[in-house]
Amino acid sequence: MDPFAYTRVSDTRAAIAAGRQGGRYIAGGTTLVDLMRETVERPGSLVDISALPLRDITVTPGGGLRIGALVRMADAAADPKVRSTYPVIAESLELSASAQLRNMATIGGNIMQRTRCTYFRDVTANCNKRSPGSGCAALDGINRSHAILGGSDACVATHPSDVAVAFAALEATVRLLGPDGERAVPFAGFLRQPGSTPDREQALRPGELITAVEIPAFPRPLRSGYLKVRDRQSYEFALTSAAIALQVQDGVIRVAKAAAGGVGTVPWKLPAVEQHLLGKRPSDSLWAEAAQRAADGARPLRHNGFKVELLKRTVERQLRVVGGTR
Amino acid sequence: MSPEDPHAAGNPEADSPTAHSRRTFLAASAVSGAVAVAGPVLDAEPAAAGTAEAAAPSSRVSLTVNGTRHTVTVDNRTSLLDLLREHFGLVGTKKGCDAGACGACTVLVDGRRVNGCLTLAVRLEGAQVTTIEGLSPGDNGPLHPLQQAFIDQDAFQCGYCTPGQIMSGVGCIQEGHAGSPAEIREWMSGNICRCGCYVKIVRAVEQATTRKGH
Repeated sequence: MDPFAYTRVSDTRAAIAAGRQGGRYIAGGTTLVDLMRETVERPGSLVDISALPLRDITVTPGGGLRIGALVRMADAAADPKVRSTYPVIAESLELSASAQLRNMATIGGNIMQRTRCTYFRDVTANCNKRSPGSGCAALDGINRSHAILGGSDACVATHPSDVAVAFAALEATVRLLGPDGERAVPFAGFLRQPGSTPDREQALRPGELITAVEIPAFPRPLRSGYLKVRDRQSYEFALTSAAIALQVQDGVIRVAKAAAGGVGTVPWKLPAVEQHLLGKRPSDSLWAEAAQRAADGARPLRHNGFKVELLKRTVERQLRVVGGTR
Repeated sequence: MSPEDPHAAGNPEADSPTAHSRRTFLAASAVSGAVAVAGPVLDAEPAAAGTAEAAAPSSRVSLTVNGTRHTVTVDNRTSLLDLLREHFGLVGTKKGCDAGACGACTVLVDGRRVNGCLTLAVRLEGAQVTTIEGLSPGDNGPLHPLQQAFIDQDAFQCGYCTPGQIMSGVGCIQEGHAGSPAEIREWMSGNICRCGCYVKIVRAVEQATTRKGH
């Protein structure tokens, strides 16, 4: 680990001033400390934001939910409002990492976490994300865990977060505070696909800080859930995952929200699946038909072709779990 | 172990005839200050070592470990795990992967189980830390019910992951996630046992949960 200066801040103004001068924010630290030890990350200055007042979960005036950026994953998952309104968020959190890590890691840090691509984490390998212009060792390497959607010639690394898949499905908003004030970014635009600049992962400006993630209100009752498929039962990243939310009124699907994890360079929204469901009556055949559209546009690599079919089956299974068997 | 760990360079077992004497050695070294708090500077090129050590930013932090208040100045890079082992001589907490993947370093910070390897010591101002050494009242007092349960159930072979398993189990029970073997398995999944003692570890957590409920 390289030496670094350490500053603790107690208000957002001081945090942003320090961030603007190049300080790197640290919240739970579960990704950052790990990557610093591997010298993948080499910040010269850490700004500890854990004392900032960003730990509340509140109902928004519109009836949605606002989750403070520093709410721990464990606390968000256990929150009665989260569990009753958006089970998909609680489930995605509880299927992430370990109990210890969920006690440390925060919601803001979770969506900022970096890829688990082994070549990114291996400082002797070529990686355009870690060292722009050096090439991508995964394209011709062992790419079983990599993305089938959203990749480029420069990078095919997946985004590892589970709760970000739920946020993408629910069309959340990321609230930011920076030197120029507050702004809100739709979740779909917050995490960037790699294109030719895979090192630029978020739509963040210098010194900007995530203050909260806001989930919009939906017609009730909204049924939702998260399915994660992985190589071992627990404490593992997703090969594929599906976040599904459905609202059925008078026997007809009025709201359909779907996104997939483990398959995209960013949490992958599934608009073709959603469109196929809207206005139709729930049935097993409908779930199967809709899920056939989950991998539209997929470009599998040498070792991850299995993800195309696995993704469709993951989405179909979770549509059936959330929407019921008919 | 990390290559940065000064004790990883040699074979600790070859250096000392028994685990007990190694423990005594480590404790004595820590007290006399012979062991540097931060491993990383010892990894530097010999010519640059002095410079790197002098230049490495450090911070002062006060925290309570097993009821004892400490104020120390540490290299900012020092993990809680290294602070406990190398500075305080509390070698019960183990270094497995040093990357948050195995759970051997699990301790309680302010009553919640966390990975000591991913916790920077400088961030623990005012924190209350409990390690395996602080779980039972004292050397001659009774063991914590979960420590006793690990013995009763024979829930280990090599024992390296055991302190982390026990600290994680204490957290698991406190959190109310030890209601069934399946729930214990899921909520203890952050602790890896390479000997494969999982069946008995689950029984030990069950035993401690049941006794607590009586």
